[in-house]
Amino acid sequence: MEQTYQPKDYKSAQSVRWCPGCGDHGILNSLHKAMALLGIPPHQTAVISGIGCSSRLPYYMNTYGFHTIHGRGAAIATGVKVANPDLTVWLATGDGDCLAIGGNHFIHAVRRNVNINIILMNNRIYGLTKGQYSPTSARGFVSKSSPYGTVEDPFRPAELTFGARGRFFARVIDVDVKTAPEILKAAALHQGTSVVETLQNCVIFNDGIHDNVLGREVRAERTIYLQQGKKMIFGKDNDKGLVQDGFQLKAVTIGQDGYTLDDVLVHDATIEDPTLHLKLALMDGTDLPVALGIIRQVEAPTYDEEVKNQIISVKEKKTARTLKEFLMSGDVWEVK
Amino acid sequence: MHDTTVKQLESVVIRFSGDSGDGMQLVGTLFSNLSAELGNEIITFPDYPAEIRAPRGSLSGVSGYQMQLGAHDIFTPGDKADVLVAMNPAALKVNAQFLKPDSVVIIDADSFLPEDLERAQFKTDHPFEELGLKSVQIVAASITQMCKNALEGVADNKQALKSRNIFALGLVCWLFNRPLQIVEKLLSEKFKKKPAVLEANLLVLQAGFNFGHNTHTTVSTYRIETTTHQPGFYTDVNGNKATAYGLIAAAEQAGLPLFLGSYPITPATDVMQELTLRKELGVKVMQTEDEIAGICTAIGAAFAGNLAATSTSGPGLALKSEAIGLAVIAEIPLVVIDVQRSGPSTGMPTKSEQTDLLQALYGRNGESPAVVMSAFSPTDCFDAAYWASKIALEHMTPVILLTDGYIANGSSAWRIPDMKDYPAITPPLVRPEMREGWTPYLRNPENLVRYWAIPGTQDFMHRIGGLEKDYKTGAISTDPDNHLKMVGIRQEKINRIADNLPLQEVGGDTDAEVLVVGWGGTYGHLSEAVSKVRKAGKKVAFTHFRFIQPLPKNTDEILRQYKKVLVVEQNTGQFAAYLRSKIDRFNPYQFNRVKGQPFVVARLVEEIEKLVNQ
Repeated sequence: MEQTYQPKDYKSAQSVRWCPGCGDHGILNSLHKAMALLGIPPHQTAVISGIGCSSRLPYYMNTYGFHTIHGRGAAIATGVKVANPDLTVWLATGDGDCLAIGGNHFIHAVRRNVNINIILMNNRIYGLTKGQYSPTSARGFVSKSSPYGTVEDPFRPAELTFGARGRFFARVIDVDVKTAPEILKAAALHQGTSVVETLQNCVIFNDGIHDNVLGREVRAERTIYLQQGKKMIFGKDNDKGLVQDGFQLKAVTIGQDGYTLDDVLVHDATIEDPTLHLKLALMDGTDLPVALGIIRQVEAPTYDEEVKNQIISVKEKKTARTLKEFLMSGDVWEVK
Repeated sequence: MHDTTVKQLESVVIRFSGDSGDGMQLVGTLFSNLSAELGNEIITFPDYPAEIRAPRGSLSGVSGYQMQLGAHDIFTPGDKADVLVAMNPAALKVNAQFLKPDSVVIIDADSFLPEDLERAQFKTDHPFEELGLKSVQIVAASITQMCKNALEGVADNKQALKSRNIFALGLVCWLFNRPLQIVEKLLSEKFKKKPAVLEANLLVLQAGFNFGHNTHTTVSTYRIETTTHQPGFYTDVNGNKATAYGLIAAAEQAGLPLFLGSYPITPATDVMQELTLRKELGVKVMQTEDEIAGICTAIGAAFAGNLAATSTSGPGLALKSEAIGLAVIAEIPLVVIDVQRSGPSTGMPTKSEQTDLLQALYGRNGESPAVVMSAFSPTDCFDAAYWASKIALEHMTPVILLTDGYIANGSSAWRIPDMKDYPAITPPLVRPEMREGWTPYLRNPENLVRYWAIPGTQDFMHRIGGLEKDYKTGAISTDPDNHLKMVGIRQEKINRIADNLPLQEVGGDTDAEVLVVGWGGTYGHLSEAVSKVRKAGKKVAFTHFRFIQPLPKNTDEILRQYKKVLVVEQNTGQFAAYLRSKIDRFNPYQFNRVKGQPFVVARLVEEIEKLVNQ
């Protein structure tokens, strides 16, 4: 009988040191659950991280874990996966670690489509260094390092992911322990780089940063949970829908202005063309609801698998299996 | 009058030189391979500009390939040339300083026209006089025209121009009594997919040889004795290839897969390119987005249980510093190959130096000891890379292996080794019975090495990282006394590697007053200089260091034994400074040159003799 696992099997003995109320607790719980759902043994799982609050996560996992250096987690995780493709490899990272100092490694990991699962905890602030703006902070954001407000536009993680030809992008809420485990599981099962952006709250330095969309009173109206093959419906009463209006997406109330349920778009994460996925991912909660769930999920060859396959195919053509055999097959001469 | 008989020589220095597009590296390689097959000892030195194609005929675009061949004891590519092939006036001008007085200079007369001379900034139409080359034997051949003639009706003028280098090669083959069959075989392999080019090249090769034959009364020819090598199978390698092979051999001996993460950089790129060709041996190579990712993918691969390496040159080593620190504190096996080049910054990328030693030793934040070692010669890169891998794996530490552009590109004949002659490599892997009470930083009390639990191993799940850890549990710790202890432990772990290293050997006259000390890629030049001084009847001892951190255990004893110690380096005194810091009241003499060029043996001889006579 195949062994089954419980979330506790993935929890390390280390006491969790994040601030009480930090969104990271929620994601950690969701990850434990997701791993139990996946049923991959802890010893075949490696969790890699860079630096920052988010990157403490490996210490709380009863798996193999490597807490590395700032921004380089994606490169190190890539090396782990390519060297040992049998491992399930996760990368825990934050908006600063992943998109500022580690931006280059992030886009190249995504471009290569190496089969790792990136959990991008986006709280739009530097927490561990105590409150500087991050590359996802909104223009004008006031922080310790931007006392008069920032004068730069933020990255939008989905846009960057798609710009790097990303094949899997999902978004979850830190405290949503109901759907997040399922999304993380889907991310792990996806063959290729998966990016799960978690909308993360920093209770100390950026409390309530996502409240404009995630606040209890507004959440139903300002978010939409996308599901493959399902109508894009949202709202407290499930009476709102997304329709295509010329080149734009538009939120409508079903039954008003002549819109019926038939007009509402059906979500398809699997189409190759990322245009609509990008539109969905960029909805920001003002005119259109913030998209949650799996926005894009497209199959493509993975880097680690291709590296393996290339070795297999060259081995079929060449006979040398040891250095000596190779050297002797080359340009050699004998001295007697 | 020149003596134009056949000269029987022990060794000869040949330099091919032309525009960087003239194919001088190719003919140089062909001629050295041919000579190696005939049983000569050879050391080569490709000397090329950083520009891929500088303006045609300009001084900055001159590309050269020098080699010394001989019967035995060839340690260097030679100081000055016996034969120079100069495809244009710029090549002649740049190389005039490297000529022996009665050397043979072959020029393409068709490219010594007034406009060509002007491009090379000659003021007169008499380049040899202008350069003061009075006694050289000039072979002015209309190479361009003869190539066109040879290829009439077979190939166009464009191909004829491209084949000039092969004509010169044919001529040099005649000069050295070399049969053409081997070159023809090498050319056939090289151009097997371009039959038209091959045909043209074979025709001009013969034409070049015939030209020499028909004019042989006007110039000396040479005959080189062949060598009696140690029996075995030989092939030709350069240092970068040998480095790549050393890594492969180590992975095979350790029973681990080999992974290289790297980013292209002159002069180290060939290590990556050679390894990426060896997929049939299962080697995994990633060309990453940058130098940092090169080492970081390697660190990931090492964590995952591979023999992992990254290859680079000085500027890349600077970028990798932080990640080397991670490998130091996490205690992960990693081989970092630094093919040194001239600096600082971009410096002179194609020129060689020994200026990264202190960067390798100290260029990191915190107390961050890593193993630092060096390779002596092109073929020695194999042994050095093997040792670097062995130490990294057995002592769970990053090892920085310093080679340099000179030995990386230089090549010589190499006896294909029998791996039975090499020590075993046994990484300290965890064993199932160690499960009880195991922690990730539990150490072997003898050598202080932690045990390696590779992800995928059941019941050894653990977390490691760049944060300071508790000596006992391996958990994160900021305890002041623990940190002090860990700083000491990491250094002591490196120090104890010396217990497993061969003792430093001294060659030459061990009872001499003067000891010459070197390290790394200057071995050939120093050996030759020391041997010349001794042949002149003077006593001198010589020791050359492979292991720098840690130093061999008898270093102190050796250095104190001699009245005068001369440390010779291609930097401003980095090894000398390091030795001073390690050995109480040690005060050596120094000879330092930082020109981006190999040492001149004659200059070394002068310096050593000065000290002996003093």
